[in-house]
Amino acid sequence: MRREATTPWVLLAPALAITSLIVLFPAAQTIWMSIHDVVLFRPRTRPFVGLANYLTALADPVFWQSLGTSLIWVVAAVGLQFLLGLGAALLLNRQFRWRGLARALVVVPWALPSVIIGLIWTWMLDFNLGLINAVGVRLGLLEHPVAWLSQPGTALAAVILAVVWQGFPFFAVTLLAGLQAIPAELYEAASLDGAGGFAKFRHVTLPGIAGVMITALLLRMIWVANSLDLILVMTGGGPGTATQTLPLHAFLTAWSGGNYGQGSALAVILTLLLLSVVIVYVARSRRT
Amino acid sequence: MKRLKSLLGTELPVAAILAFALLPWAWMVLSSFRPDADLTHSPVQLLPSTLSLANHIELLARTSFLSNLRDSLIVAMGAVVLGLALSLPAAYAFSRFRFPGRSVLLIQFLAINMFPVVMLILPLFVLFRQFGLLDTYLALIVGHATFTLPFAIWLMTSYVDGIPIDLDQAAALDGATRWQQMWLVVLPLTLPGVVAVGIYLFISSWNEYLFALMLAGRDIRTVTVALQSFIGENQIQWGLLMAGGTLVGLPATVLFLLTQRQLVGGLTGGAVKG
Repeated sequence: MRREATTPWVLLAPALAITSLIVLFPAAQTIWMSIHDVVLFRPRTRPFVGLANYLTALADPVFWQSLGTSLIWVVAAVGLQFLLGLGAALLLNRQFRWRGLARALVVVPWALPSVIIGLIWTWMLDFNLGLINAVGVRLGLLEHPVAWLSQPGTALAAVILAVVWQGFPFFAVTLLAGLQAIPAELYEAASLDGAGGFAKFRHVTLPGIAGVMITALLLRMIWVANSLDLILVMTGGGPGTATQTLPLHAFLTAWSGGNYGQGSALAVILTLLLLSVVIVYVARSRRT
Repeated sequence: MKRLKSLLGTELPVAAILAFALLPWAWMVLSSFRPDADLTHSPVQLLPSTLSLANHIELLARTSFLSNLRDSLIVAMGAVVLGLALSLPAAYAFSRFRFPGRSVLLIQFLAINMFPVVMLILPLFVLFRQFGLLDTYLALIVGHATFTLPFAIWLMTSYVDGIPIDLDQAAALDGATRWQQMWLVVLPLTLPGVVAVGIYLFISSWNEYLFALMLAGRDIRTVTVALQSFIGENQIQWGLLMAGGTLVGLPATVLFLLTQRQLVGGLTGGAVKG
């Protein structure tokens, strides 16, 4: 389009320099640390150990447990966010008088910081003072108050509830944008062909939003798989390791355990596991 | 009959979803205006005995919260300025030039967005410590701006793409340099985009927790880190926490509501149109 060959590079230089320094260089360092024995309280010697950190990590049952927790966390969180978001989007796409207001207000959970979301749900789920136990017992849904966040059996479900609340508006607004882009004529044509409500959903709505749906799902999967702040705030991974996902396991190993080498190996494993999802997402974005 | 159908089939379910979205938040806001005796009363009382500003006043007057708010504001404003200064020229380059390596770079920025933060936080901590940048505004500003940069560049590029290149060319014919074209022609027309990207940068920085915890937290303590540290104290003061949550949640929510349309459009990108 233009002839000046160096101008775009001059314009891009600051952004490239800072991302190299803050993202690429630390990423390379993490890979380096993952094949060296780096321990916080022994800063002088950092011998090369090959894949030992990886093997130790893989031999640790906590790793496999964290991986399992991560899987439940991602599938349940993204799945429920998606279903609830899709339901909300379909409803908000219909005609009713206060639609504009409803569309605006539904995003509130999404705009809040994770720390506050953790705070809200820790308060809602509190054993003595929480609204959920109070209402549950009063309505007869619960026999007695439940210590949601400090029992291994319920803690994961409780943090998933919080992340579903945080993330479903994202699906609601993106899918709604997709629904609005479907031409009304398609529905009219389907009606003329005698299609009922479900047939229209199956043959017009779903294909119409398939693109935005898949993009949103991939994006959200990557975010949820990487995110650790909500869990860190609500349970810190506990009780025990009941809510410890893979990124949190890596973080705690490196940070609380002081074992940078092994924590780095875990972070690299997480990155490799996510790579396939990222590649699919990037390939799709490139096409559009 | 039609009215009834809309009421039962649409409005009632929408109301249920909105209740799920808003009730937990509303419960926090309501709790922040209730006296401590109310909050610690067991069994839980659904209706407040009285409403007061006591929690909010105590939070602002007796704790470090005001200085935390100031720190958060400085960091977020800094991230906005730095993020815009970096993303505007980059977006202009991506939009107006076709050069070898362009698509690789675009993909690189997209992929950076997907990196697990946990993979970067430790080396960053070590790096910032070496340069004596731990616990400084600069550390958090640079960290926040960089991590929001990919989306900022992407969003900004779509705005610059929306400005007809004929305008640049007309200015060039009139003798404007490349620099003048960017500043005097494209930038004024991209202002809505600049505002949207700026607000995105602000919200992301204001809401961020992990960086603010790891790279600062002692001298410079943002509101998210401060609130979390209140929970850690032996006796949880729910009244103060709820007041803090209410105040901290407000700016991001209001800004988000104002720019919802632009941000959502940018997030879904071409996928919505395609």
